[in-house]
This record gives sequence, structure tokens and C-alpha cells, in this order.
Amino acid sequence: MSAKVLIADDESNIVVSLSFMMKREGFDVLVARDGLEALGLIRRERPRLVLLDVMMPGMNGFDVCEAVRADAELRDTRILMLTAKGRDADRARGIGAGANAYVTKPFSTRDLVAKIRDTMS
Amino acid sequence: MISPAVVLGASFGYLLLLFAIAAWGDRRAAEGRSLIDNAAVYALSWGVYCTAWTYFGSVGRAATSGVWFLPIYLGPMLAMLLAWIVLRKMVRISRVYRITSIADFVASRYGKSPLLAALVTLITVIGIVPYIALQLKAASAGFHLLTGAPGSAPAAAWWRDGVFYVALALAAFAIMFGARHLDLAERHEGMVAAIAFESVVKLAAFLAVGAFVTWGLFDGMDDIWAQARTVPELSALFRLDGGGEPFAYAEWFSLTILSMLSVLLLPRQFQVMVVECVNERRIRRAAWLFPAYLLAINIFVLPIAVGGLLVFGPGAADAETFVLSLPLSQGAAAIALLAYIGGLSAVTGMLIVETVAVSTMVCNDLVMPSLLRLDRFGNRAGGDLTRLLLNIRRVAIIAVLMLGYLYFRIAGEAYALVSIGLISFAAVAQFAPALFGGMYWRGATWAGAFGGLLGGFAVWAYTLMLPSVAKSGWLPIGLVEHGPFGIELLKPERLFGLTGLDSLTHSLFWSLLVNVGLYVGLSLARAPAAREASQALLFVDVFRRGGAEPVFWRGRARLDDLKALARRFLGAARAAAIFEEEARGFGPPTPERVADARLVDRVERQIAGAVGAASARVIVASVVQEEPLTVDDVLEILEEASQLRGYARALEEASAELRAANEQLKTLDQLKDDFVSSVTHELRTPLTSIRALSELLLDAPELGPAQREEFLQIIVAEAERLSRLVNQVLDLAKIEAGGAEWNWTEVDLRALVTEAARATSELFRERGAAVALDLPDTVPALRADADRLMQVMQNLLSNAAKFAPRQGGRVEIALREEGDGLVVSVRDNGPGVAPEDRAGIFEKFRQGGDEATRPPGTGLGLSISRQIVEHLGGKMWVESEPGRGACFAFRLPLHPEREPHERESADR
Repeated sequence: MSAKVLIADDESNIVVSLSFMMKREGFDVLVARDGLEALGLIRRERPRLVLLDVMMPGMNGFDVCEAVRADAELRDTRILMLTAKGRDADRARGIGAGANAYVTKPFSTRDLVAKIRDTMS
Repeated sequence: MISPAVVLGASFGYLLLLFAIAAWGDRRAAEGRSLIDNAAVYALSWGVYCTAWTYFGSVGRAATSGVWFLPIYLGPMLAMLLAWIVLRKMVRISRVYRITSIADFVASRYGKSPLLAALVTLITVIGIVPYIALQLKAASAGFHLLTGAPGSAPAAAWWRDGVFYVALALAAFAIMFGARHLDLAERHEGMVAAIAFESVVKLAAFLAVGAFVTWGLFDGMDDIWAQARTVPELSALFRLDGGGEPFAYAEWFSLTILSMLSVLLLPRQFQVMVVECVNERRIRRAAWLFPAYLLAINIFVLPIAVGGLLVFGPGAADAETFVLSLPLSQGAAAIALLAYIGGLSAVTGMLIVETVAVSTMVCNDLVMPSLLRLDRFGNRAGGDLTRLLLNIRRVAIIAVLMLGYLYFRIAGEAYALVSIGLISFAAVAQFAPALFGGMYWRGATWAGAFGGLLGGFAVWAYTLMLPSVAKSGWLPIGLVEHGPFGIELLKPERLFGLTGLDSLTHSLFWSLLVNVGLYVGLSLARAPAAREASQALLFVDVFRRGGAEPVFWRGRARLDDLKALARRFLGAARAAAIFEEEARGFGPPTPERVADARLVDRVERQIAGAVGAASARVIVASVVQEEPLTVDDVLEILEEASQLRGYARALEEASAELRAANEQLKTLDQLKDDFVSSVTHELRTPLTSIRALSELLLDAPELGPAQREEFLQIIVAEAERLSRLVNQVLDLAKIEAGGAEWNWTEVDLRALVTEAARATSELFRERGAAVALDLPDTVPALRADADRLMQVMQNLLSNAAKFAPRQGGRVEIALREEGDGLVVSVRDNGPGVAPEDRAGIFEKFRQGGDEATRPPGTGLGLSISRQIVEHLGGKMWVESEPGRGACFAFRLPLHPEREPHERESADR
């Protein structure tokens, strides 16, 4: 059985491109449209990897990330944060929240794939 | 009887305790932890009002005339409760101008006149020295009663008289704690602490005796009253009319007024209330606590008086010593000794403060002016005079006390001494017009004050002092009984045939009448001279001064001369401190540097603290070249000062405006930062899709045509979105800058709204929201820019779509005619707008909801919409209850006012 990846983003067009890439990488793709949905799916489906957007309605990516890190059972979840906010403060906050990697939008597809492979190894 | 050794031992032990407390108080003050900086201690120090005359005399008075001991305490209570605000002004004036005595206060107000200061001092000395003698007599009488020696007169030669040594000990105390350093404005915290302690002791002792009599000798107060009613001679005490005669309202009134004035004007009261005041804010509470103290110390006066009369029988014993003789007669030696110590505390407290206060006046206002007139003193170059000044003050302390002792030895039993309490009060009451008038009346002059004081004092001496001297047998009594040279009209106690008044009321009436008459009359007769006018302004308006206080001085002064002067009168250390502070403001001094008026004034004030305002004026005038001021100059200086104050205020306002502007800029900066961040986010989101999908297209030639087309469609849509955003930002910038083009035409708003709803129907379908239109069949056409209005409508509708709930979303669009305008409203059932956000929602860069949960947007849509509506002559608003949706609406006039001009510019 292939590993699961959760794509959490409220921008449907970005979800389209991300899920295409993840499927090509051999992942089983799950999609969430907001933070709460994302956290629920993480708890239920236990994906190995989460591509987490920061600006989402309901519960933002930072909060989701912190909630996951606070849960011992979800310890092995890899989190890669994606954000269109490029300020250093935002990057610091992402790493502070416990993300494994932090990628700024727009991203290069090759770099993203490389970073995901890196994170998973 | 108690052995003299025990009484003397206890007395000197008590004095030692006072020394210890004063030393402690001084040490705490030096450490900056003041013992006396609280309302309770401050109020207790005012208790120095209660002297031996209170402690022993009240009971005596109550025993002979019932409630007549009361006015002496009602006056101060009234004064404090009604006139604490006057006291506060006295304190403020004294602190600002470093005034250290009542003579200084009066003299300073009327142009720093040495003559006036000397007159006030003279009146004080004549009025107060007998009062000091009275205190010594009380201590002596108590001692003799306690030890069983006959009589109260000093039987032994002076060198074997204990009272003499008590007086010496007190002089030592006054010198140690009242004349240790020169600047009186530095206050004597140790002395005040000791005085407050004495107030506690005398209150406690008096209450102890009261309790002993009331519950020890009798069965409570009721028992005393009940027993008194059975004795005919005593029942009269409980009636106001004192048995038979009508109640003397005039006397009651004059006693109350007299004590009201005394509590502020007696030198010792001025000393503790004004000079020793640590903190002006304590006055308000102390003004309540002090009357409470007076009430407490008077509770047992009547019980002790009546109890004594019952125990000894009316007329059988001296009522003035009941406090001592009652416990003694019952063998309660300990209580008697305690009562004696209480009395001693009343005596010593009064003596210490009065002596310090009077000696300050004598030194500054009698001795100093004479010294200054001596060439030798004036020319003595350079030498430090502080030690000399202190020694003068010390000698003055000893002299005042010894004068009192001498008076006591000579006139111990005389009538003049017995009645001196009220006579003293009447003497200091003469200060009232000049002092209080000077604080509130700018027009009062030196001539008025001097004339009033002199006249009032002369009448006082003639109508009150002279009879008491005559009754003592030192002058023929015929003078009083038949008038001088037998002229009835000039009889001292029946002046101009005025009868029906007691001698005190009579004297008070005539002296204050003459005093006030001369004061007002002479003041009105001539306009104030420059120096009087300037001092009047400083005193009367003391609370009105801000930072820019006027300095009424013009002339030339060399810095080195001033420095030498300060060194002579203040000592090297203090002088250095003043000039160092000065140098910090103006850079290092040069020998020939000229001092400005402010510095001259500062030095003069400091010296005034040491030698009094009048002497300080003479001293400073001797080393500087002064231009005499005219009244016009005074007004000019005042004008300059008020201009300065005006500038200061303007400067303050300007800096406040700058601060506000800076805050606003900071807020704007923050908003701009947020805007840039928000715009960046909005730009990056479509770019992300475009870049990712085009990279994928490039990298994956194996993609099927359907996938390829989907990706390309997304890329196109996102590119459109990008252009929209860029257009919006530019659009806003254009509207803001006034560069937008407006195309005014006839607009059918009904058609426009319908079209907008149709154009956005896709958004609502995506969101799953129902749209309801509520439109009239026709509406009048109005003149507006149709494209801009469409932009507004689409913005409102897309907002509604964004904020409508995902399930059960409902949006109502309504159009109606209202007055001479049309109103369009778009109502959604989303989260609504919180009241605190409502005002800001139309501002640029502000977005509804919190950052994390709101739908993406530039925060520009509503701002642009409102600008458009307002440009079209309408207005836009929001109505909302949180949780129950929001309703955005705008109203457009059918006949906009600004259109013609716009069209012209549009046509060009």
C-alpha cells in the first residue's frame, strides 16, 4: 500500500497541481479545504506527509501544525508548510510550530519534489 | 504627695525621651524616610495648639462657667473645616518663596519691607512672651502641687528652681533640633516628630485622668451629672446662660472668631502648619483629624471639672489643678504623675515650637537688619556668615525663653499673667487683615498693612493690655475705672462709651475695626508701588503659575558677586549646589558673566530661607546694580511671563499634534505593510498555480489532452485573476489621486442591479447560496457612471458570496426609492460585522473577519466602492448584527450636485 499524503489548501487550482505531482510521486492523495478538516483527516487517516497551506479559513496552518506536534500519536507525521507569505517572521513561525520544511509560493515543482523526498527519507 | 526627686526624675526622663525621638526623626529625615510625612503625624503636630492653658485651664474655666471653655476649640474646628483651602494657599506661598515665619510672610507680601517685618515681630514678642511665662508657671504650679510645696509661686531662688532648668533643657532642645542648620525651609523633622509625640502623651494622660475621675471616683458620666444636679451651685454650670444673666452671644462669637484666627496666626501654629509642612496634600486629611483631636481632648473637661467640684466642694480648691489634685487626693500617685507628665508635654511642646518660631523672627527681622546697617558687618569680605547666623538664632532662643522665665519670676501671680492666653490671641489676631487680605487682594499696599497693624496693635495695647497691667497693680487702676485724665470717653474698657460688651469682645471690636479700617482705607488711598504690586501678584496668583513664573527684577549682576554672597549666607556647599545646577543649564561660567534675573531671584530666595525675605532683599540689593521698577515694568514683565506661558502651551500643543501625527504615520505604515503583505499574498497565489502547472506541462510530455486542457484553462483563469488585482490596485490609486475618468450618463439602476446579479450568479451557484431580488417595477433614471456603479455592485455581490455560509447561504438584493434618491442594499446571512469593526470596514486595506479565517481579498473592494459612491454624490454604509449577517447599502441622489463640473472636465 502506498503512503498517504494530505494536501491542505483552500485554493483549488493549487490543489490540482499539487495532487498531480503527489500522485506522480506514488502517494495516495487526500485533500482538505480548511484547517479543521485537515486536522480531522490527519487524526483519522494518519498520512505520512502533510502539505499544509498557512492561510486557510477556520484554523490556520500554524495552528494545525502545533496541534499535530502536541499529539504524541501523530509524532511521525512529516509536515511541509506552504505559504504565499514570504516574510522572515512567517518562516520563523512555521519552523517554530514544528514544520519539517517550509516552502514559499510560488514554488518550483522540481524543488518541491526534491524537498519532499528529502523530508521523507 | 510625691517626692520631688521622683517628679524631677520623671520630668527629665521625659525630656530625654523627647531628645531621643527628635534625634530619630532627624535621622529618618536624613535617610529620606520621613517620619512625619503623613496626615496623622501632621495633624498631631498641630496639637501644639493645646497648651497648659488647655490642659489645666479648660477644667478651671469649665468649673466656673460651664460650657464657656468650648469656643476656644470650636473656632479651630471651624477654621480647619472651612478654611483649609486658605491654609493650603499659605503653605504653597511659603514653600515657593521660602517664607519661614509670619513676620516674613507679611513683610514679603508688602514689598519685602524690613519695617513691617520688625513691627510684626515686635507685636509677636510683646504678645507671646507673657504666654511663655504662663506655660512656665503652669509647670511650676504642677510641680509644687505634686510635691506638696505651698503655693505656685517660685519660692526658691532661681538657681534652685526646677522650672529654670526645665527652661534651659528646652532651650537646649530648641537649639539642637530647631537651629541646627540655617535654611528653615529645610524644616525640622525631628522637632515635629517630638511635638506629635507630645500631642499623643497629653491626650493619653488627659483621657486617663478623665477615665479615672469618671469611672474611678464616680459611676460614669450619668452619675456625675446626677450628683451635680443635687448641688444648687453646680446646676448653673449646665445652663448656657450661666444662671440669671442672658447668654452672651457677642462674647461667644468673639471667642470663636478669635480662636479661629489664632489657630492660623499664632507663631507656633504657623510654624507647624506652614513652615514644617512636608507635603501639601496632607492638609486635607489633617484638616479633619485635627478637629477630631480637639474633640477627644475635650471630652472629659466637664466631667473632671464637675467631679472636682463634687469631691472638694465648690470653691474649696483651685479648679485649674483638678487634673492633678483629684488623683492625688485619692492616693492615685501614678495617675497624678502621669497627669503631670501630660501637663509637662503640653508646656514643653508649646515652648519649643513657640521659641523656635519667635527666635526666627527676632533673628531675621530685628537682629539681622541692625547688623546689616553696620558697616563692619556689611563690608566683611568673603567670610562665611552661616555660623554667625546660627549663633544669633541660638542666642535668640535662649533670650526668648529667659525673657519668659524672667516675666514668670516677676509677674508670677499677677492678673496680667492669668489672663494672658486670650490677650495673646487678640494680639496675633491683628495680623489677620494684612495676612489674609494680602493673599487675596492685589490692591492691598504696604501703607495699609503697616497702618492697620500699628493701629490695631495700639488699640489692643490700650484696651486690653493696659487694663491688665493696671489690674496687676503696676499702673493706677483709676486709669481703667475713670479713663486717662478722668475722660470717661477714653476709658480703656468702655472706649467711646461702648458698653455692654466684655472687655475681650470690646477690645477685639475696636482693634479690628481700626485695623481693617486703616488697612482698607490706606490701601485704597494710593495705588500699589511696583514692588508691592509685583509681590501681590506672586502671592495672590500663586496657584496660577505654570513653569514660566515672572521674575520682577531688572538690572545687572556679576555672577561672582552673587556666588560670594551665596557662600557667605548659605555656606560653600549649598552655594556650590545652586551654581552647579545653574551651570548645567548655561555652560561653564566666566568670571565676568552676567547673571540673569532668574538666577538673582533664585539666590535671593535661597538667602531668604536663611535670613528672611526682607533681609535677603537688602543683602542682594547691596551687590547688584538694580533698575528701579515702575508699575508699568511690573505689568510688562507679567505680560512677558504670560506670553512665555502661552508659548509653552503652544509648544506643548504642537508637540502633542506631532506625536499624534507620528502615531498616525505609524498606523499608516503598519497598514501599508499589511497591504503590501496582503497584495503580495494575492499576487503569489495565482502565480503559484501558473508556475506549477506550466512547469508540469513542460516536464510531462506524456500528459493526455484532457489533462493538458484543464491545466491550460487554470493557467488562463489565474492570469486573468492576476490582471484583475493589478487593475484594482491601480484603479484605487487613480481614484485616490483624482485622475479617474467619469462617464456621466442616464442610468437605469433597476436594469443595472439585475445585470449585476446575473453576472455574479456563477459565484453564488459555486457557493450554493440562494439569491433573492426585491425590485420595484420601475425607478426614475439617475445620472451616474454606469461602469463604476457596476463595479460597486459586483464588489458588494462577490463579498456577499464570499461571506455567505457554505450551507444555507442566502443573499437578498433590494432596490427602493427613498425621498429624492435610490437605495440599493445587499444583505447576506454570513457572520456579520462586529460593532468595533464597522467604522473601519470601508477603510483601505481593512478586511472583515480575522486574518486567519476571512476569505482572500485585497481589502480594496469596499474602499473603492465607497469612494465611487461618494464621488457620485451618494453615501455607503453597513448595518449588521454579529452572527446575523451584514447588510451593505448605498444611496444615490437623483440629482447629484457635482455632475456639471465633472462633465465639463470629462468633455474636455
